[in-house]
Amino acid sequence: MSRYSALGLLRGALNGQKHWQPAWRDPEPKAHYEIIIIGGGGHGLATAYYLAKVHGLRNIAVLEKGWLGGGNTGRNTTIVRSNYRLEPLHNFYEFGLKLWHGLSDELNYNVMFSPRGAMFLGHSDADMVKLAERGDAMRCDGIDADLMTRDEVAKLEPLLDMSRDARFPIQGGLIQRRGGSARHDAVAWGYARGADSLGVDIIQKCEVTGFVRDGNAVVGVETTRGRIGAGRVGICVAGHSGHVAAMAGLKLPVESQTLQAMVTEGVKPMINSVIMSQSLHCYISQSDKGGIVFGGDPDNWPSYAQRGHPMVMEGAVAQGLALVPALSRLRMVRTWSGVTDMSFDGAPIIGETPVPNLYINGGWCYGGFKATPASGWTYAHTLATGKPHPLNAPFSLDRFERGATIDETGSGPMPNSR
Amino acid sequence: MMQITCPHCGPRAQSEFIYERTVDSVVPLDAAPEQAMAALFSRTNPRGVDEEIWRHTYGCRAWLIMTRHRVTNEISATRAVGPEALP
Repeated sequence: MSRYSALGLLRGALNGQKHWQPAWRDPEPKAHYEIIIIGGGGHGLATAYYLAKVHGLRNIAVLEKGWLGGGNTGRNTTIVRSNYRLEPLHNFYEFGLKLWHGLSDELNYNVMFSPRGAMFLGHSDADMVKLAERGDAMRCDGIDADLMTRDEVAKLEPLLDMSRDARFPIQGGLIQRRGGSARHDAVAWGYARGADSLGVDIIQKCEVTGFVRDGNAVVGVETTRGRIGAGRVGICVAGHSGHVAAMAGLKLPVESQTLQAMVTEGVKPMINSVIMSQSLHCYISQSDKGGIVFGGDPDNWPSYAQRGHPMVMEGAVAQGLALVPALSRLRMVRTWSGVTDMSFDGAPIIGETPVPNLYINGGWCYGGFKATPASGWTYAHTLATGKPHPLNAPFSLDRFERGATIDETGSGPMPNSR
Repeated sequence: MMQITCPHCGPRAQSEFIYERTVDSVVPLDAAPEQAMAALFSRTNPRGVDEEIWRHTYGCRAWLIMTRHRVTNEISATRAVGPEALP
């Protein structure tokens, strides 16, 4: 693999840019791999990369039924932050946030990570108490969090409706200045290029249709491109986890729901940070191209349809316009939906399954994209050693039957009541 | 948006209804702990047809059971909830 550099670009400029090579190979599947990862999204590719880079394994394949990053990696709002209240969650996401900060250098690929600040708005006294509590919990573990006054919020985002009679009055906020956003495709492509250069076989248009079993243990997968043997198999298909796990006879604490987002036409910079309101459930940020990206609630009923509902879209946009009235003149140019694994405590699932040699990474709810590096790192550790990394140990599949759920919102098992 | 036929009110806009849970996740009152655990925390979550409990919250407020395809959103049946409908 040739390294990307400014000098290389300059040399290419003098040479008609003829030096570009495919960023990864398109290999035929081998008969057997030490580790097979099902799912070529950001998480699966990151897992493969860290398996090769950190654990020195080479005989690894990533199987993808479509194209790389064509699932939820390409269907989110690209927000990166680690501002969770509960310790297992913020420690996990903070580990990821640290990786995000060095990711472009690590991968020699510009993932366009932009730490412009991730801000939660507080709309009431009760909101401000909750935000202060969350910030305190984070600072106890050395994670940056600053409570903001009303004036500080207004200074950072002058276009917010700060009037006293606003539909959603703003009393203050909580900001994580190291949070921000990144370029979704670049994350998948950067990890793919890195993994491929370390010898990982990335096999696209290869759908897993079943598991090969020896007794109870999984010893391979059946695919649309034939049977492939494996020492260990890792499911990494969040959104479709239930569907794939069912092939191994597993029922998961997961319900698939549609989560949609949308973007306006590009305009000059007007939103400086990532504005979020968890009391409303509205996310607003501006992409590097200038489009204003909106995210909101999931559809709140089980669905595998990768398309959203106008009703839910209207709700998200209405909230966004109430917060930033200036957005009302923009035209919406694109909407998209991802199928998300809504787990039954709102936290991800990474670890062993009851089936020998079969591991699972899923249940990401709203938090998949920002977790990509941490998910890959800890899942690689789990797949390489057969044991969870300390950071993902709390997220084991059996936590529900042990009563050890990680329920950030304290809302109980039903995802639609979150 | 889906149009849902309420067994009591007839066809209505989906915005009047709220999804509750799948039929197989209702916990019987006399369930053993393992059975209750399974009902609360595991789902078949099929990429196809499943039976769901919805409520006509902004209408007659009655519960109903809907048979719906989760990719196409096609609703093949709705019926009222009665004692015989639940496990």
